[in-house]
Amino acid sequence: MKRGLALAATLLALVALNVVLPRVTNPYHFQVLMLIGINIVLAVSLNLVNGFTGQFSIGHAGFMAVGAYTSAMFTLKLGAPLAASWGFLPPPVAQGLVLLMALVAGGLLAAAAGYIVGLPSLRLRGDYLAIVTLGFGEIIRVLILNIDAIGAARGLPGIPQYSTFFWVFGTAVLVIVVARRIATSTHGRALFAIRDDEVAAEALGVDTTRYKVLAFVLGAFFAGVAGGLFAHFLSYLNPSSFTFLKSIEVIAMVVLGGMGSITGSVLAAIVLTLLPEVLRSVKELRMVIYSLMLIVLMITRPQGLMGTRELDLGPWFGRWFGRAAAKEPRA
Amino acid sequence: MSEFLQQLVNGVTWGSVYALIALGYTMVYGILRLINFAHGDVYMLGAFIGLYASRALHAGESPNPMKALLVLLTSMLSCALIGMVIERLAYKPVRKSPRLSALITAIGVSLLIENGGVLLFGASPRFFPQIVAQQQIPLAPGVAISNQQLIVIVVSLVLMLALRWLVLHTRVGKAMQAVSHNHMAAALMGISVDRIVTFTFMIGSALAAAAGVLVALQSPRIEPYMGILPGLKAFVAAVLGGIGNIPGAVVGGLVMGIAEVLVTGYISPSYRDAIAFVLLIVILLVRPAGIFGKAVAEKV
Repeated sequence: MKRGLALAATLLALVALNVVLPRVTNPYHFQVLMLIGINIVLAVSLNLVNGFTGQFSIGHAGFMAVGAYTSAMFTLKLGAPLAASWGFLPPPVAQGLVLLMALVAGGLLAAAAGYIVGLPSLRLRGDYLAIVTLGFGEIIRVLILNIDAIGAARGLPGIPQYSTFFWVFGTAVLVIVVARRIATSTHGRALFAIRDDEVAAEALGVDTTRYKVLAFVLGAFFAGVAGGLFAHFLSYLNPSSFTFLKSIEVIAMVVLGGMGSITGSVLAAIVLTLLPEVLRSVKELRMVIYSLMLIVLMITRPQGLMGTRELDLGPWFGRWFGRAAAKEPRA
Repeated sequence: MSEFLQQLVNGVTWGSVYALIALGYTMVYGILRLINFAHGDVYMLGAFIGLYASRALHAGESPNPMKALLVLLTSMLSCALIGMVIERLAYKPVRKSPRLSALITAIGVSLLIENGGVLLFGASPRFFPQIVAQQQIPLAPGVAISNQQLIVIVVSLVLMLALRWLVLHTRVGKAMQAVSHNHMAAALMGISVDRIVTFTFMIGSALAAAAGVLVALQSPRIEPYMGILPGLKAFVAAVLGGIGNIPGAVVGGLVMGIAEVLVTGYISPSYRDAIAFVLLIVILLVRPAGIFGKAVAEKV
């Protein structure tokens, strides 16, 4: 009952903001807000792999690219006929349904890519896994550069702008809830056990390979969905958006927020998206300051802003997540 | 056949450069278990310092071997100092932190050098002066090596042999080996771990600087972001050979250089950047510890 109420309230709030926000904010602020939403999805999904499970993935941009291009092609090829066959629905709803299908398609293909990369390479540990995921990201980028049908180096223009506030932040809420539910479940404990000591976890009967692949696939799925949102927001895709630097940006969010802390990831996604924008006025110095701040933060707070703790939103939002929010099971 | 041999010559040239950069990665990793992402950017700085040194010496107007050597040494020495500063200011404070924080610090340093480079040198490419006049030396019918390529190969070889001698036969080299085995035990034997770590960074950075100058000799277009991709590939080369293993880095670098040139020549230049990573994934799946690496059993 309570959960249904929370769901209804969330949906209502999202719809209301979806209508109001684009009218009251200027386009630049709105764009930054949307990028924050997409980055939250990316950061929380990477946190499932890096923070929860302790597996060192630095190819998140690759999964994002798979999702972005898949969903963009889905909408470009099938969007118009689908929307036409749903002509009886109001246009925002029809477009939303097309977007939803495109996002799921993109997420599924990214998850499949995650499975293909993850299954063999999760035998590798630590830095080796990191390098394989890095390699995967680069290979995806080079492949996109060589496939003419999806625009190669020219990029892919003309993607309908279906990503509205509702979809971006709806996904963000969804990924946060999913991550939270995992964290408080048996599966989550298995993931934390693998992070804290893989050998001990295995000795206690945790199927480490299965759980690692699970985290990897789930992380890849949401990265793909974030890619789809990104594609349908900018309406133009270019392989240069998915370089190693993009993966780094997302890792910086996870580490800065604190490994394994969901609210930390959200907070860091907001801070690290806003920071370069705020620094825009100092032009060339912008990236220099950004990198300096990254170094200083890592030196002064190596465990991230939040450590493994969560920001306690219990008094306001606790009931949304089924009372578990305030009590975090943590070794 | 002659085309293949020519490709091989080009491949060995590029491979020596990758090997030089890979050595720095592998040494730092061997000692600190840190992927020093800023290493590729030190290579970029090496090329730029070489550029300014050759301007100061007017080495471009009147090419002369002594001046060229001086340019190389200036660049190596400056980058050794830069390596020391980076290690002391950025890496030393996070040495005891979680590994991922150290990695993010390395990435921060890398971004800092790149964007500082843009600020200092400008974002548009610069052209390295011809400090060695180019000539072609025929090797066989249809196969030639330029004197610049020869210099790249010979200088790399000399540096690698010097490094081998340093690591195997000097006191400081033995200390480096000891630290890479076990920090604590090395410290108990009276080795100053901090100084050895700093020294390792200096050697690695000097080698990267040499690679930067050598690359600029034959492809003179240099820009602040030139270090990213060669840096990543050199790291892959180090992993290929078995990370932490010095001969492995050299072999990995050569394999990588040759593979890239062959892909460029026989498949398509646009796949050049992918082959490194394909090779890597294949090797890691077949031999997860790299070509020369030893599989280490997990201790509980």
